[in-house]
Amino acid sequence: MRFVDEFRDAEKAHALAAKIAALAEPGRRYKIMEVCGGHTHTIYKHGLEDYLPETITLVHGPGCPVCVIPMGRVDDAMHLAAQPDVIMTSFGDMMRVPGSNGSFFDAKARGTDIRMVYSPLDSLKIARANPDRRVVFMAIGFETTAPSTAMTLLRAAAEGLGNFSVFCNHVTIIPAIKAILDSPDLRLDGFIGPGHVSTVIGCRPYEFIARDYGKPVVVAGFEPLDILQSIYMLMLQLAEGRSEVENQYARVVPWHGNLVALRAIGQTMELRPYFEWRGLGFISHSALRIRDRYAAFDAERLFEVPGVRVADPKACQCGEVLKGVLKPWECKVFGTACTPETPIGTCMVSPEGACAAYYNYGRMHRQRVAEAAAAAAAPPAAGNGGLPS
Amino acid sequence: MTGGSEAPGGWIAEALREHAEQDQPDQADLGRPGMTDREQQVLDRIDRARRRRPRVREDRITMSHGAGGKATHTLIEAIFLEAFRNPLLEPLEDAASLALGGSRLALTTDSYVVSPLFFPGGCIGDLAVNGTVNDLAVAGATPRFLSAGFILEEGFPVADLARIAAAIRDAAAAAGVAVVTGDTKVVERGKADGCYINTAGVGVIERDVTLGVARARPGDAILVSGPIGDHGVTIMLARGELDIEADVTSDTAPLAGLAAALLDAVPGVRAMRDATRGGVATILNEIARSAGVGVVVSEDDIPVRPAVRGAAELLGIDPMYVACEGRMVAVVEGGQADAALAALRAHPLGEQAAVIGQVTGESPGVVRLKTAFGGTRIVDLLVGDPLPRIC
Repeated sequence: MRFVDEFRDAEKAHALAAKIAALAEPGRRYKIMEVCGGHTHTIYKHGLEDYLPETITLVHGPGCPVCVIPMGRVDDAMHLAAQPDVIMTSFGDMMRVPGSNGSFFDAKARGTDIRMVYSPLDSLKIARANPDRRVVFMAIGFETTAPSTAMTLLRAAAEGLGNFSVFCNHVTIIPAIKAILDSPDLRLDGFIGPGHVSTVIGCRPYEFIARDYGKPVVVAGFEPLDILQSIYMLMLQLAEGRSEVENQYARVVPWHGNLVALRAIGQTMELRPYFEWRGLGFISHSALRIRDRYAAFDAERLFEVPGVRVADPKACQCGEVLKGVLKPWECKVFGTACTPETPIGTCMVSPEGACAAYYNYGRMHRQRVAEAAAAAAAPPAAGNGGLPS
Repeated sequence: MTGGSEAPGGWIAEALREHAEQDQPDQADLGRPGMTDREQQVLDRIDRARRRRPRVREDRITMSHGAGGKATHTLIEAIFLEAFRNPLLEPLEDAASLALGGSRLALTTDSYVVSPLFFPGGCIGDLAVNGTVNDLAVAGATPRFLSAGFILEEGFPVADLARIAAAIRDAAAAAGVAVVTGDTKVVERGKADGCYINTAGVGVIERDVTLGVARARPGDAILVSGPIGDHGVTIMLARGELDIEADVTSDTAPLAGLAAALLDAVPGVRAMRDATRGGVATILNEIARSAGVGVVVSEDDIPVRPAVRGAAELLGIDPMYVACEGRMVAVVEGGQADAALAALRAHPLGEQAAVIGQVTGESPGVVRLKTAFGGTRIVDLLVGDPLPRIC
């Protein structure tokens, strides 16, 4: 299939793997964080780690929209959904996230009217079709999804749609990256920058990482070769002692971002003074709320939102996983009490969550290929069980 | 609201307690060994957790219970198998095989709730015949008789019902079965969605074969009879919610002829399954779990039409989990893979059949996929329901 297969070419992957292995200094260990959950998903789904030398560790970052929603916020959403005449709309990813009293799916089974939508604009259709009901859209996500919520708000305002509102949980990626850089328990060598977020914000917001923290950043696409090439570019920077922001995903990401999208966000939303992130705690200026001008569409002002803070279950270590301090399998409850079927933490819910990706795709008795260079000659997983040729 | 409490939600506390009880012995071992050893121990612990007796944690049925994935399996094993347990039911095959009056019969039943009722390539009537016929066919039976029960919603157009009945008539004729008994119920408007159908089927097992996924052995080959995911993607697009158009039609078809051709050509057929809800991935997992074997498949070898792949890529779903209604997965002795492939390809419904992988002795219970990219990953049972009411 065009535009897909080119980016999954095993031969090119072997060649890149050999170049990456050649750049790795003997005896040095490398920790590279992929900030975005979409990258985590790709890495596990395509078995990309099979191509990397053992000395390069990929650390999974906080860029999973569902994972960073704190439990209290889920409870607030459930409270909204349970108000008279309310239809709550939500992306599918959000449906299985556990609150204190089960997930949206459980609430739906108990009779709460929660509907899955593919686009926030679908919520407007539902609002138009149900004039006697109040439709609340559960808005989540980073700068990637914020523009579509913004456009939905603008459309609702233009139409004067009186029965639609947004429960805004949009967060911004830069403060989270900064929190990780400032965290004492993690030493990182570089970042694979979030490609989708960067289509909106561009590459410039990452310049402080290279300048102030001396870490290279490569903004990457989501196909496996994109990620492998980005790792190569990071290794090259490290080998040459550079720390710069580079754009591997130039076919999609403009250096200065998408001004139309940024304008729509700026028009409808503003930074909150602070916002709670799951596992990371309160981070100042890290989330968006709806501007006064669009107060009529702000569920937090139209309804009474309890705003109760709910501590994560004690055994859940999503915070450490989101910060990259723990590998998913190092969490105490990983795969036993916490599984995709019965998730305790958010990281086990979303396909972008590191725990779900590892559990669904990576949980196997891996025999790593010691030298990725050798992989150029033989299939990378040859030791993994006689595949049919 | 349980503001501030440490373990909100009783079920979490329960899950943690259960986990603590089950895993006491090796908590101590988790001490100081090297990183990979520790990862290995966690993986072993997970394997044990997965073998636990399934329990339904939810107090209400959710859509996941009907998705054909993990939750469905849990529900069937914890509620139905627990209540009805008997040796004929226990293998949980697509059809039960019964010895009755000197002959061997296969019996199966299936309900159809697909939405929309009419879609490119067929309608609920086609599914109601083919789905049940296929469950008999993959049990090695020649399908003979069907029952048809209709649950209709007040207000449902009679013209639509007539179309569905005509489709059932034609599909039954094509599959060589007769609808010999039936039932009709009507419920108030809003208590159903137009038309639901249940069919049961009886077939005769004439060959001296015993089939079942539990019979898979290391060295066996795994085949699919054609491109996967057509039906699921067709239904998804036919709902019109996604604003995507693609030239794809349902693969609904009766598999009895194809299954018979395979059984005639190859004595070493271990098992056949039609890949409906949960797709090919679910069947591979059933093979791995039932037989206690490993399964390794190669992404490059799994046939998927470009339109289906494209739609699946756009929607972020994996064709391996998307339903088919006219495709089967077959497990055959390794030495007979070529003969099996030739037999499938000689039949019009199997022209694009392919060997997709093999059964191994390593990693019992686990399905591994060699990705087209050259990596390896697990293919697990699906959690959650990407696509309700697919059939």
